[in-house]
Amino acid sequence: MNDIEIITGKFPTAKVTEALSGQEIVMIEASDLHDAAVCIRDELDYVLLLDITAIDNLAKSHKCESRYELRYVFRSSDFERIMIIGLNANIESGVDTLCDYYATADWLEREVWDQYGVTFVGHPNLKRVLNHMEFAGHPLRKDYTITDAQFCTRTQDLLDEMEPLLTSREYSADRDNLMLLNLGPSHPASHGTIRTLAALEGERIVAGVSEIGYLHRGFEKSCENHPYNQIIPYTDRLNYCSALINNVAFAKSVEEMLGITLPDRGIFIRVILMELSRIIDHLVCLAAGLLDMGGQTNYWYLFNPRNDAYDFLSRLTGARLTNSYMRIGGMSHDFYEGWESDLEDILKKVEAGTIQSLQMVEKNRIFQDRLQDISPVSAQQALSFGFTGPNLRASGVAYDMRSISPYYYYDTFEFDVVTGSVGDTYDRIMVRFEEIFQSIKIIRQAAGTIPTGDISIKDHSIFLPPKERVYNSIEGMMNQFKLVFEGLRVPAGEYYGALEAANGELGFYIVSDGGPIPYKVKVRAPSFVHMAAYPKIIEGYQVADAILTLGSLNIIAGEMDR
Amino acid sequence: MEVTVLPEVTWLGVVIKAVIILAIISAIAGFGTYLERKVLAFMQRRLGPMHVGPYGLLQILADGIKLFTKEDIVPQNANKLIFQVAPAITAATAFIALSAVPVFPDFTIPEFIPLLGGTFVPSMAADLNIGVLFILGMMAAGLYGPLLAGMAQANKWGILGSARTAIQFLSYEVVTGLSILAPIMLVGSLSLIEFNDYQAGGIGSWMMWQQPVALILFLIAGFAETNRTPFDLLEHEAEVVSGYATEYSGMRWGMFFIGEYANMITISVLAAVIFAGGYNDLGFLAGWFVIILKIAFFFFLMLWVRAAWPHVRPDQLMWLCWKVLMPIAVINVVITGFVMMA
Repeated sequence: MNDIEIITGKFPTAKVTEALSGQEIVMIEASDLHDAAVCIRDELDYVLLLDITAIDNLAKSHKCESRYELRYVFRSSDFERIMIIGLNANIESGVDTLCDYYATADWLEREVWDQYGVTFVGHPNLKRVLNHMEFAGHPLRKDYTITDAQFCTRTQDLLDEMEPLLTSREYSADRDNLMLLNLGPSHPASHGTIRTLAALEGERIVAGVSEIGYLHRGFEKSCENHPYNQIIPYTDRLNYCSALINNVAFAKSVEEMLGITLPDRGIFIRVILMELSRIIDHLVCLAAGLLDMGGQTNYWYLFNPRNDAYDFLSRLTGARLTNSYMRIGGMSHDFYEGWESDLEDILKKVEAGTIQSLQMVEKNRIFQDRLQDISPVSAQQALSFGFTGPNLRASGVAYDMRSISPYYYYDTFEFDVVTGSVGDTYDRIMVRFEEIFQSIKIIRQAAGTIPTGDISIKDHSIFLPPKERVYNSIEGMMNQFKLVFEGLRVPAGEYYGALEAANGELGFYIVSDGGPIPYKVKVRAPSFVHMAAYPKIIEGYQVADAILTLGSLNIIAGEMDR
Repeated sequence: MEVTVLPEVTWLGVVIKAVIILAIISAIAGFGTYLERKVLAFMQRRLGPMHVGPYGLLQILADGIKLFTKEDIVPQNANKLIFQVAPAITAATAFIALSAVPVFPDFTIPEFIPLLGGTFVPSMAADLNIGVLFILGMMAAGLYGPLLAGMAQANKWGILGSARTAIQFLSYEVVTGLSILAPIMLVGSLSLIEFNDYQAGGIGSWMMWQQPVALILFLIAGFAETNRTPFDLLEHEAEVVSGYATEYSGMRWGMFFIGEYANMITISVLAAVIFAGGYNDLGFLAGWFVIILKIAFFFFLMLWVRAAWPHVRPDQLMWLCWKVLMPIAVINVVITGFVMMA
């Protein structure tokens, strides 16, 4: 008996609806959510709450039971299976909160309320998270007009969150002479525009509250107004340190909805570029993190090879940072002549730079004392916070989608899943160091065994035909015309596609209504959930530690704020 | 004992010397920033300043012009008088400390120069018999610069920076004092010239062989007192933005900078004179050249460490000072005392 049958057995009103590509959605009654969550977490052992999102059915082509539906995506304790729970949300009475069961739910539910206006009963602090506090309306509702500009000027003091927090810690800002200090939004070490209000006793943080959304640009709303291929440039700007992984993650999700797979050469190219992007992402994280603790030389040792890697990407894709190289069903062009030697050259430089940087700090007492036992996150906590990727592996949980649910032939490559032991800042940094070497290993294997052949699919109702065919044949001309003017059509349905990005599980929850424009795209951004945990894990440590913790979590504001 | 009778030191000579120290040390401090950038660049596989002048040599000039012409901003809520005076304290104390440091050999201005001809210019502006004490005292007084600057500027980062200043400078003052107490006991004088003469017998007679622990303690404390990596906590930008200098701009900020570099030079001179044989001739090398080499080495050491190490946290700094360095310094003094009595 599989998990879905257990749920349907327990809740007779639950219905199973087919999603795309073999996924199933268990639709339950809103009143059953609490019991279902208990069952899913405790009996079925689904340890990760990956994402919560809503769907506004107002513009659907067919009639739906209620206007708003919620989707909860869970991942099991062996990390191989996901479970999607859906329910019809009544906007008046609201839906029960899951904050008591999964710490991740806190910000995820706030986001749903912010974007769709679905209330969560019992949520400790249901307020906007991505949009500005003065913002009126809920932008992801289908009846929100995107051209309505709103000017928001006030700054929130965050005391509505800080004061109860201090009271619960038996502190009082006045009585205990606490200094309330804004770390950010423009702070040299805030790595993007992130604000953390910290209550300081001396330099020790007794309570912290974070505010995000400074870089919110409505990615998800933009997706609802662009054909699939035109979304790819937007995905570049999610995690701009590893744009290609975001490209692939989106393209792969849509391809899975379409039920297509790339030719082998295309897959190998994607693997090579994704691993190279992962290396770049880790290099940025480590370089910036070490620079924050004064390790200037480490910064240059790590950033110089990163620059070489960008030169390679620039030669290949024409852009350094935002590559937009992927297309649905393939990529814009093949590798250039002589890419192997360029790539190997970069790998050697990355290897040398990383080894030298590591040599400088590995046995350095200052480095160890600064990082060890700082903001440790236990495996239990990390799962509850919804950590994935290197941050979760640092806590000792060997969850890497590349090895647990392999895609793109990752099972044929030999590499190690790197884990830490205590999940402190030191582990988070060292896991990334080692993952660079593992990625180099994967790239070498992939580059050595890359097959020849096509890089993109041949179905020209999805992928643009070559130019000779466009100019010389009527079919090619029509394919080009249809794709450019309309875009590719994805069968109606829902799908959660994910892969192992540099920061963790990067998921796209895509809803299609059968048209050329996605009905809804929701990004499951690892940085968003990591940031939600940040103010909690820095408590009790010093300002200097908090800076390093932020660096080690590798918060990328682009994917966090979307 | 041979007694050399020096010409009388006049007020004119002292003034000339003071001007020379100001001019030379300011220039060296400026050049020090260039050196620091070049040395760091070399160690970090990049080029450093390259565009202004050959190999970026005129970068100092460009920086100077920038500092002098930048708008001098005084924040609205700052305590204006203290805010404006604070950088001067740092720069002034740094240079006053240098007045008791022998910078160049003494000389007499030739007779043919009008007005100044025949004036004797001493090797140091103030030949004090308590030279070491005076220099350390002056450098310690320099703590008021960052402290007042941070507290006057109505900025929380400034407050954090000045709090760090107070604990760091006060704590390491103790270590600096205790670490050179042992050499002072051996020499039996506080005059830098006596220190120099004590080590006149070649490399073997250098103080660092007798007092290696004191040298290491002195260097560590010196790094802390000059706010160098791994103890550059006062204005580390990733943590406290710019600490006490957050609200400063233009030349006022530049004065903190010059003061810091002047202090680096002072510490290097002290290390060279007290521990590394001073300006005695070394084989065929003349004394003035030898001391420049030594000062340059200690200066370079500060840059080298900056390139090699990350920095510590404030509480680790305090732990290091009070639980490690100070006990060692005290034990060193006690052992030195026993050895001298024995």
